Amino acid sequence: MILSTSLNSSSYSFFDKLKAVDYFLIIIVAIIGLISVFSIYSTESGNFSFYTKNHLTRFIVFFFMFLVLSFVRVSVWYRQAYIFYILGILLLLLVIFFGISVSGSKRWINFFIMNLQPSELMKIAIIVCFARYYHRIQSSDIQSYKYLLQPIILLLIPCYLVITQPDLGTAILIAGSGLAIIWLAGLNLKYFIYSGLILLVSLPFVISILKPYQKSRILTFFNPDRDPLGAGYQIIQSKIAIGSGGLLGKGFLQGTQSYLEFLPEKHTDFIFTLFSEEFGFVGSMVLILLYTLLIYRIIRIGFSSRSFFAKLYCFGFASGLFLYIFVNIAMVVGLLPIVGAPLPIMSYGGSSMLSIMLGLSIVMSCKIYSRDPIGN
Amino acid sequence: MIKKIGNLSKNKIISRRLFVLVVAKIGLLGIVTSRLYNLQISEKQKYEVLSDKNRIREWKTPPQRGIITDYFNNVIADNQRVYQVHLSLEEVSNFNNSIFKIKNIISLKEDELKKIYEKKEKSKPWDTLIISENLSWKEFSKLNLYLHELEGAKPVLSTSRYYPYSNDLVHVIGYVGDATSKDIQNKKKIEENFVPGLKVGKIGIENSKDADLIGNHGTKRYEVNASGKKISEISYKKETQGQNLRTTIDIEIQQLAQELLKNKAGSICVMDIYTGEVIAMASSPTFDPNKFTHGINNKDWNEIKNNKLRPLLNKSLSGLYSPGSTIKPLVALAALEYGIIDTKFKVNCKGHDHPYELYGERYHCWKKNGHGLMSMRNAIKQSCDIYFYEVSRLLGVDKLSLIAKRYGLGSKVLEDFFSEEKKGIIPSTKWKKQVLEQSWYLGETVITGIGQGYIQTTPLQLCLMTAQLANGGYKIKPNLIYDKEIDLDIIKSKIESEKNKSVGHNILKDHEFKHFERLYRNPNNLKLVLDAMYGSTNEQFGTSFRSRHKEDKYKFAGKTGTSQVKRITDQDRELDLDLEEIEYKNRDHALFIAFTPYNKPRYSLSVLIEHGGSGSKAAAPLAKKLIKKIVDRHELREKIRKDLKNIA
Repeated sequence: MILSTSLNSSSYSFFDKLKAVDYFLIIIVAIIGLISVFSIYSTESGNFSFYTKNHLTRFIVFFFMFLVLSFVRVSVWYRQAYIFYILGILLLLLVIFFGISVSGSKRWINFFIMNLQPSELMKIAIIVCFARYYHRIQSSDIQSYKYLLQPIILLLIPCYLVITQPDLGTAILIAGSGLAIIWLAGLNLKYFIYSGLILLVSLPFVISILKPYQKSRILTFFNPDRDPLGAGYQIIQSKIAIGSGGLLGKGFLQGTQSYLEFLPEKHTDFIFTLFSEEFGFVGSMVLILLYTLLIYRIIRIGFSSRSFFAKLYCFGFASGLFLYIFVNIAMVVGLLPIVGAPLPIMSYGGSSMLSIMLGLSIVMSCKIYSRDPIGN
Repeated sequence: MIKKIGNLSKNKIISRRLFVLVVAKIGLLGIVTSRLYNLQISEKQKYEVLSDKNRIREWKTPPQRGIITDYFNNVIADNQRVYQVHLSLEEVSNFNNSIFKIKNIISLKEDELKKIYEKKEKSKPWDTLIISENLSWKEFSKLNLYLHELEGAKPVLSTSRYYPYSNDLVHVIGYVGDATSKDIQNKKKIEENFVPGLKVGKIGIENSKDADLIGNHGTKRYEVNASGKKISEISYKKETQGQNLRTTIDIEIQQLAQELLKNKAGSICVMDIYTGEVIAMASSPTFDPNKFTHGINNKDWNEIKNNKLRPLLNKSLSGLYSPGSTIKPLVALAALEYGIIDTKFKVNCKGHDHPYELYGERYHCWKKNGHGLMSMRNAIKQSCDIYFYEVSRLLGVDKLSLIAKRYGLGSKVLEDFFSEEKKGIIPSTKWKKQVLEQSWYLGETVITGIGQGYIQTTPLQLCLMTAQLANGGYKIKPNLIYDKEIDLDIIKSKIESEKNKSVGHNILKDHEFKHFERLYRNPNNLKLVLDAMYGSTNEQFGTSFRSRHKEDKYKFAGKTGTSQVKRITDQDRELDLDLEEIEYKNRDHALFIAFTPYNKPRYSLSVLIEHGGSGSKAAAPLAKKLIKKIVDRHELREKIRKDLKNIA
C-alpha cells in the first residue's frame, strides 16, 4: 500500500505539477488581496502606516505560504487530518490558560511573531477532519447512530471552547462549515430537520445562557434604534455608510463615514462597509463576483478530484468560505446580528488570513494531486 | 469493487447534496444583493442625508442689530466693539479647572459664576460658552498674556449695543438684554435667529421693532468627526445686520427736555402737529440703558427700583394724571360746537366768599378774590374755574367725554411702540355705570370740567390733543419712526380738501374718524379757543404771561394746568401755604400745554412736573425754554425732511 502511494507520487513530474496549478484561482486571490490592501489603506485615511503595512506584509507572506503549501501532497493532509484537529483543540485549550484578553474576550495566544487566534485555524481543521472522517465511511453506514454521534461530538468540542472565549461568531462559522460537510456526506435530511426543531425549542434556553452583550446584540439586530448610541450604533452607522455610497460610491479615500470615524471596527469586521461606501453598489457587486468566482473555482476543483476526501474537502471549504462571506456581508448590511465574523482576505487580521490561505493551499493541493487515490 | 461502487454512490450523493447547497447559496447571494440594491440604490437619498447629518454640523453666528438714529441721522443706538472671553467646551478637559484659572485672571463675581454654571448645564458638549461679555482692556490683555495656560479659552472681539446718549433716550429707545425663553417663544423672528448670547429688545423701540432690528444669523457649516471635532469649514452663510431705523426724535430737543426735567419727576412731549412725528418724549428721572446690555448688577438695579421718583415709569405714556385746567380749551370747544354757549355767554366769579353752589355742595375757583364777570376768552386766558363749572354743567359729561376722546384723550397714542402705554380714563355716565356700577352725579360733571375727578390722561395724550387743536382740528397719526409715506405736503392737501367738506350736526355724534379727517363742526369755534390760548400766554392776566416769548417767531399759545392730588379742604384754603411748606407728595402736579409758532402753528408740546406746584410757575417756564430750541431747529428739520423726500 505504501509502496503504491510512493509509486504514484513519483508519477508527477515537476512540470506536471506546474501545469496542474489553477492559475485563475491564484489570480482571483491576488486581486482580492490587492483590493484588501487598498481598503485597509483607506481606513487609515490614505496613510501608509501601521495597519496597511501589517496587512500587506501578512498578505504577501501568507500568499507565498499558500503557493508553497499547494505542493504538499493531499495525502499528507489526509493522514495528518486528525492531528490537525487535535492540534486545533490543544491550541484552544491553551487559550484558556495562556490566552490574551482583549476587551473581555480571550481568543489569542501570543506567538511572538503574531497573535494567533486558534479558533480561526479550527475553521479549517474541522473541514479537513470531517473530510477524512467521512472518506472512510460507507454511505450505507452514515445513517447509523455511531457515525452520527461521533462527528457531532467532534464538532461540539471546538464549538464549546470557542463560545466560552466568548466568540459566538466564530463558533457559528465552525459549526456551520462542519454541518455543511455532514450534509454533503449524505446524512439523512430528517436528522437536519429534527435538530433544527430541537434548536428552535431550546432557543429560549440558549438565549438565557448568552452573555449580556451577546443578548443585547441580538435584540439590537431586531431593532437597531433601541439603543442608537450603544449597541445599535455600529449597525446604524454601517447602513448609513453603505446606503450613502449609492451606485458608484463616494470614491477611493472619500468615504466620509469611515474617514470621520463614524464607522467602528472599519478595518476588521466592517471592511466591506468601507469598501461599499467608497465604491458603491457596482464595487460591491464586483467584489461579490470575485468571491463567487473563487468559490466556483474551488467547487470545480472538487469535481475534478478523484478522491472522496478531496471532493468533500473542496465542497466543504467552498461552503465554509461562502458562509464566512455571507455572514459578514449580511451582518454589515443589517440582515444578521453583529456577531463578529471577518470577511475572508479583506479583513485585517493574521489568523483569519492564515486559515484562509491554508485552506486554499489544501484546495490547490487537491488540484495538483487530483489523481491521487487517497487511503485505498 | 464494492468499495468502488460505494464511492460511486457517495459521489452521486455528494453531487446532489452540493447542488442543493449551491442553490441555497445562490438564494442567499440574491438576498444580500437585493439588500445592497435596496440600501444603495432605492434608499440612497435617505442614507445620504443621514451621512451628511453625521458629518456636517452647523454653528450659528450672531447677527448685528440695526443702528437707530434720530431724525438728523445722529446715532442713538450703536454697536460698539467689546472684548469677550469664550470657552470652547469641546477643547476643555476639566471645566472646573478652566473656570478657576480664568477666574484668577479676570474678576468674576459669585452670581456671574453661578450663571456660567447654569449656562453650562444647558449647553451641548461642542458649544461655546460666553464666560464674560464685556471685559476691560486691562483684563483682556492680561487674558491674552496667559492664554497658553487656558485650554479652550478664546479671546473674542465682538460687538454689543451701546447708547451714546445713555440716560437721555431710555424711555424712547428702551434697552436690550439676553433673550429669555419667553422672548424666544413669543417672537418668531427671535426664535428663527436665536444664537446663544443674542440680545433682544426689552422695552421701547428696541422691543417693538425687534423684528426689524435683529437681522439674520449666519451659518457656518463644518465637517466634524465622530467625536465632534471640527475637521474643515464647508460653507459660511454670512449673517446680515438688522435694518437701520431713523426715528422722528430730535436728539437736541430731547436732550434739552431731559435737562429741563433734571432733579424733577415729570415728562415733556413734543410733536409735529401735522405729521404726528414725536420729536421729543422725555421722562424723568431716567436711568442708563447701557447697564442692562450685559445684565445689570444688583446694586444698580436696586438703586433704580427703589428710587421714589420711579425712573422705570415712562411718565409720558404710562403716567396717569388729572389734566387739570389744560382740559379747559376742550370744554369750551365742546360747548361751542354743541351750541351750548356763544361768545357773549358770561359767568360771574365772585371769589371764595361766594363759591359756585350745586345742591348744597360748594365749588371754589383757584383765585381767592375771584375773576369777576368772565367771557369764554377770558375764562380760558385766566383759567377761571367758576366759568367752567357752569359751562360743563350745561354741557353735560357725556358730550364733553365724546369731544375729549375725539381729540385724543382716553386712548393709546403710540400703542405700536410701547406695550406699557396706559389708556387713561375719560369718564361718562355710561363708564361709571359699567366700571363703578354707580350713577353719575352732576357734581362730578362740574369738576370734570376743570380736569379733576375721575378724568386721567397721559402727558402724551395732552400733547396729541394740543396738536389736533392747533392744526385746525384734524386727526393725525402719531409716529416715532420716520415713514416716507407720511408726507407733509400730502397731509396739508388732504386737510385742505377736508376743510370744504360739508358736515352737519351729525359730526357731533360718536364716530370713528380716519386719519387727517376733520373733527370739528364749525372752524370758527376752534379759532376762538386757540385765540383764547394765545391770550393766556401773551396778554396781561394770562396764566402763562410771564413765560411768553416777545419775539414773533417764538410766540406760542398755551394753557396752564394745576392738578390736585388730594381734595382741597376749607382749612387748606384758609392756610394758603407756599409750595415749600406742603409735603412733597401732597403738592399739586404742574402742567402746561402749548403750540408754536402762534401765527403758523407747527409744533405742540406738553409739560408735566409731578408735585411741581402750579402750572404757570413750574411747567410754563420750561416750555418757554424748550420752544426757543424747537423753533430754532425748525429750518434744519425742514431741510432734512426735503432731503429725505428727494431720496425717496
